[in-house]
Amino acid sequence: MLNRVDDYIYEVPLGHQEGMRVPGRIFISKSLIEKIEEGTIDQVANVATLPGIVNYSMAMPDVHLGYGFPIGGVAAFREDEGVISPGGVGFDINCGVRLLRTELKADQVAPMIANLVEDLFHDVPSGVGAKGRLRVSDYELDQVFTRGAEWAVEAGFGVEEDLEHCEENGHLVGANPKQVSLKARKRGRPQLGTLGSGNHFLEIQKVGEIFDADLAKKFGLFEGQITVMIHCGSRGAGHQICTDHLKVLNKAVLKYNIDLPDKQLACAPLGTPEADNYFGAMVSAANYAWANRQIISHWTREVFQRYFGEVKMDLVYDVAHNVAKIEEHDVDGSKERLYVHRKGATRAFGPGRSEIPNAYRDVGQPVMIPGSMGTSSYVLCGSEGAMNLTFGSACHGAGRIMSRTQAKKTYTGTEVKDALAGRGIKVMATHPKMLAEEAPEVYKSSSEVVNVVHNLGIARKVARLIPLGVSKG
Amino acid sequence: MEPFRYLEHTADVKFRACGHSLEELFGNAALAMFNAMTDTSKVECLGSWSLEMEAESLDTLLYEWLSELLYLSDVELALFSVFEVKLEKSDDGWRLDARIKGEEIDLDRHVFETEVKAVTLHQFEVWNEDDLWTAQVILDV
Repeated sequence: MLNRVDDYIYEVPLGHQEGMRVPGRIFISKSLIEKIEEGTIDQVANVATLPGIVNYSMAMPDVHLGYGFPIGGVAAFREDEGVISPGGVGFDINCGVRLLRTELKADQVAPMIANLVEDLFHDVPSGVGAKGRLRVSDYELDQVFTRGAEWAVEAGFGVEEDLEHCEENGHLVGANPKQVSLKARKRGRPQLGTLGSGNHFLEIQKVGEIFDADLAKKFGLFEGQITVMIHCGSRGAGHQICTDHLKVLNKAVLKYNIDLPDKQLACAPLGTPEADNYFGAMVSAANYAWANRQIISHWTREVFQRYFGEVKMDLVYDVAHNVAKIEEHDVDGSKERLYVHRKGATRAFGPGRSEIPNAYRDVGQPVMIPGSMGTSSYVLCGSEGAMNLTFGSACHGAGRIMSRTQAKKTYTGTEVKDALAGRGIKVMATHPKMLAEEAPEVYKSSSEVVNVVHNLGIARKVARLIPLGVSKG
Repeated sequence: MEPFRYLEHTADVKFRACGHSLEELFGNAALAMFNAMTDTSKVECLGSWSLEMEAESLDTLLYEWLSELLYLSDVELALFSVFEVKLEKSDDGWRLDARIKGEEIDLDRHVFETEVKAVTLHQFEVWNEDDLWTAQVILDV
């Protein structure tokens, strides 16, 4: 049962699930809410039972069924009485998106698209079982875990300015690599500098539409411009760190007498060794992911330079959409330090926040919403509404509506590839079979999701990016 | 008895595996997991690996077994299709000894349909009904 609060806010009332401490709030339109599964609403309610949760258990308009938190879930916890939960971060810690802008125009690049995609596919390893190009030592791996993109830039992957244009400067403070198991290190080491698989991608795009000329100018975007979007995360290192700590936190739940409706919500009270250890390991994985996207950006630039000489490819911004962070927010009129969990949700800070790079601080941070394969992605700008409504958070994508099994029954990979080719989009993947489950039709329309965020004043629409070529695992 | 069956799930992979014994259940759950990634009938038994583990409860053991297999697959760049499992109840829980057979990933022969990131504990259940063991698992993909 949902109560309509206004056009775009629906409440999951107390009592929907036993033990709810706060109500749930889903930021969504009427037509999108009709597509939500009952289980998703239950997951929003489950999160509301966690100790120390502030205001509401929230969900973004792209919310869909996850494990533990729903995908698209946001929840903040008080430092003194709250918890931290890997269920609110996910296995792919700091899965995120970054956007590079070029000075190139679409018509300059059009004849080279096939070559560029082939080179990107070749130079940036992707897919299951792919061997990475890098061999890092134990010491270097520690540096990756503690310093993230900062290490990558120092090692020659990219430039100093890239760091300024990353959420947290590409390096979250508080990493504790001692809490990263040998197993996580063994998985992470060969996979540094790999894209992965599933919905992860590397995409050449053109700016197809500008919604806000001033903001677009601020972000260095213009119509017809070529951009590159990178969507990936912390690979096996992150998955293993989550798996390892989930085990520990499940025991902590018994130790600290926490009543949970779902084992995947395993958590520990903030300030306990179990919580500290998970946080230190989770931050390490987040940093690994930033290093990973930084390395991939460098190789992407190398590919473009092969065809276009010393072309400039600046980083617009890099956002995390699976992470838990300590942030200061207004709660009932006073500032409080909170542990904000975003699982399939993007930080969308409005103007003035010190976390935003100087270049964007007066307008708000860039927010990138990747489309599904073959559909538009969006650039938005974080707004005041996000600070008031969602602890500075917006949606992260489109959200699935068709299961993978159903997708594979409905489409073949080759059909999907041909259909995209027919629309002028060059796709390369390790095997067409992987494409079937990522067919554009299996996702909600991202424009509908983005419009909700825009209309609520959480983040304003800046530009729409149209895919031209995609490399996938 | 169907060794395993995939259930509808929008974003992830959900399956139920069965077994007349716990050993069979553990083997079928592992097969269901690898079959979600690739056609395991194409995975030959060219190599073998062994695993030993202990856990305080059956469901924890199953979770750890599946997670460990994913780990092994990732670091060995291998796929597995045969799981010979031995289970023993001990004073403080359960003990597993297994011999796993499979081969290194050969991208020319092994087509990946999905990458499994991890085994989740969401709606994770193991039960026995009419002498048949069943486990329900959701994989993050």
